[in-house]
Amino acid sequence: MSLNRCIALFFLVMSLVYGLAAFNYPLLPFERNMSFLPNTMPMVLSVLGIVLSTFILLSKPALKNPQEEVTTYDRVHIIQAVLLLLAMVLFALALRPFGFIVATSIFLIATGFILGERKLHIMIPIAGFSAFGIWYLVQEVLGIFMRPWPGFIS
Amino acid sequence: MIEGILTGLGTALSLQNLFMVVSGCLVGTLIGMLPGLGPMSIIAIMIPVAIKIGDPSSALILLAGVYYGAIFGGSTSSILINAPGVAGTVATSFDGYPMAKAGKAGKALTIAAVSSFVGGTVGAILLMGFAPLLASFALLFHSAEYFALMVVGLSAIAAFAGTGQVVKALLMTVVGLMLATVGESALFNAPRFTMGISDLQSGIGFITLAMALFALPEALFLVLDPKRSGRDAGVSSEIKDLRITRAEAREIAPVIGRQSIQGFLIGVMPGAGATLASFLGYAVERNIAKGKDQEAFGKGSIKGLAAPETANNAACTGSFVPLLTLGIPGSGTTAILLGALIALNVSPGPRLMIDNPEVFWAVIVSMYLGNVVLLILNLPLIPYIAKLLAVPRNYLIPFILFFTLMGSYIGQNNATELLILVGLGIGATILRFADYPLAPLLIGFILGGMMENNFARAVNLTDGVSFMWERPMTLSLLCVGLILIILPIYRQRQLWASARRQGIADGD
Repeated sequence: MSLNRCIALFFLVMSLVYGLAAFNYPLLPFERNMSFLPNTMPMVLSVLGIVLSTFILLSKPALKNPQEEVTTYDRVHIIQAVLLLLAMVLFALALRPFGFIVATSIFLIATGFILGERKLHIMIPIAGFSAFGIWYLVQEVLGIFMRPWPGFIS
Repeated sequence: MIEGILTGLGTALSLQNLFMVVSGCLVGTLIGMLPGLGPMSIIAIMIPVAIKIGDPSSALILLAGVYYGAIFGGSTSSILINAPGVAGTVATSFDGYPMAKAGKAGKALTIAAVSSFVGGTVGAILLMGFAPLLASFALLFHSAEYFALMVVGLSAIAAFAGTGQVVKALLMTVVGLMLATVGESALFNAPRFTMGISDLQSGIGFITLAMALFALPEALFLVLDPKRSGRDAGVSSEIKDLRITRAEAREIAPVIGRQSIQGFLIGVMPGAGATLASFLGYAVERNIAKGKDQEAFGKGSIKGLAAPETANNAACTGSFVPLLTLGIPGSGTTAILLGALIALNVSPGPRLMIDNPEVFWAVIVSMYLGNVVLLILNLPLIPYIAKLLAVPRNYLIPFILFFTLMGSYIGQNNATELLILVGLGIGATILRFADYPLAPLLIGFILGGMMENNFARAVNLTDGVSFMWERPMTLSLLCVGLILIILPIYRQRQLWASARRQGIADGD
């Protein structure tokens, strides 16, 4: 099955689940007599979602232009992309316990390393100064609180 | 109108707002030049700054400045390294990059700046005429018409998605509308579809969604396909001779004139935007050109550079018409601006001119100022700003990823938002692999709440859905929406059928 249809199938299942949740939405007693209910629009949307995703699933695939280039990606780059996503997840989890400056510095160094940067004597100062500079801008200029250091320090 | 312009001048010419225009244009140019960060991402990152400013006029002036700056910055990277930072400047690289390769980078940048200036300025003049007219007409609208108008807007966005994409775009719009129903709503008493996750009670942040749909996939594609960052081109150091001759000016003048108007009109249509305007502008001028002129297109033609540059800037200005007068964003970028305005307690729409005239007119006046700033301040600085393009990829991508994360984090100050961003970003990247258009999803998401509110109000007033056929204006608008959906699907099926017949004939 092509990626196109896999996605359509995913949205078909999603629309069905969404529709079911909308259908079973627990209405409050006084809401029952209203002309517009909290689940009115969701039910309409789920029907539209089912119809459109089924249409894509059942329609014949468009003829491919033979001159169209098929892009292929290097294995190395795919692994790099996956590692970068992982680094982003770890950054999200580390932001609170490690503090903004430490988490950001590590994130910038690690992602640079993943992409092949080995000049750590350049990367570390750049990451440190940038993390501090951005923290200063966000907290001191914009006034949005962000804990700079790990919990046991600040 | 003159009173309005004077109000706008009074607001926009204050020292603070002049500073906003200049800094917005500079920041936009700097970041817009970087591949992977388009105007949507930059505006999303700047929203917390705009909210901190507090004054809606200054905030919108800053964000609008960032928008023009980003488009201008995108042209610079298109011309210098053949790596458009913004989709709207892809057509610029067709002739801009060959010019730069031939050692005329300075000239190409000047033509781009002058074309952008004229396109943007003519666009602003047309906006001044169009917007009040449309706004006074839109004052007659009730919630039923608003609902129908949003249906038309969403249908148009799907209809302009391109051949073979209409049904996909419609599906994306519906998914955007579904996502908009997650969390609390002003209409109802309890949050919906949160799956018991308390972080979803306030819904999905629109900045998070914008970052996940556009910035993150773009950054991932930079990793997957290193050629996108154009590091091998290396013409950025040869920027000299920024002057253009009188003969060249005479040659591009009619192109700029035509494309200013065409680009603006395309920009006004919901869903069309700067990208379509620039490609159409390029195609129209190539078809109009004759003989040698036509052959030069794609090989460094100054007309081929001036056409998309004028059209995309005029379209950017045009896209403010539906935003400011109807409160309906015509593109992903204006959808983010709409979100920013709502966060600043300003409701764009026909009442904007009555309730907040200073915001409305100040934005229009700031458009002139923004264009002047881009021409006289940014152009001479380009040789220096372009040094940014020499930043190695290994340093650039980590910062792009970091700014993507920050754009979403600063607004909400919630680490869960970052996990949602990564999850949605992976989904968006997969959708891009299968050519699903993502702008309809974001616009559906932003319009979802308003659409439901207007629909609910209309249903409550008429105690049913009879308003759809009883109110002539609602009925006509809904019919237009239906035609906008059916026509491209019908044409697409005809094209497929003929292609298939052709395929069989060829096979025989």
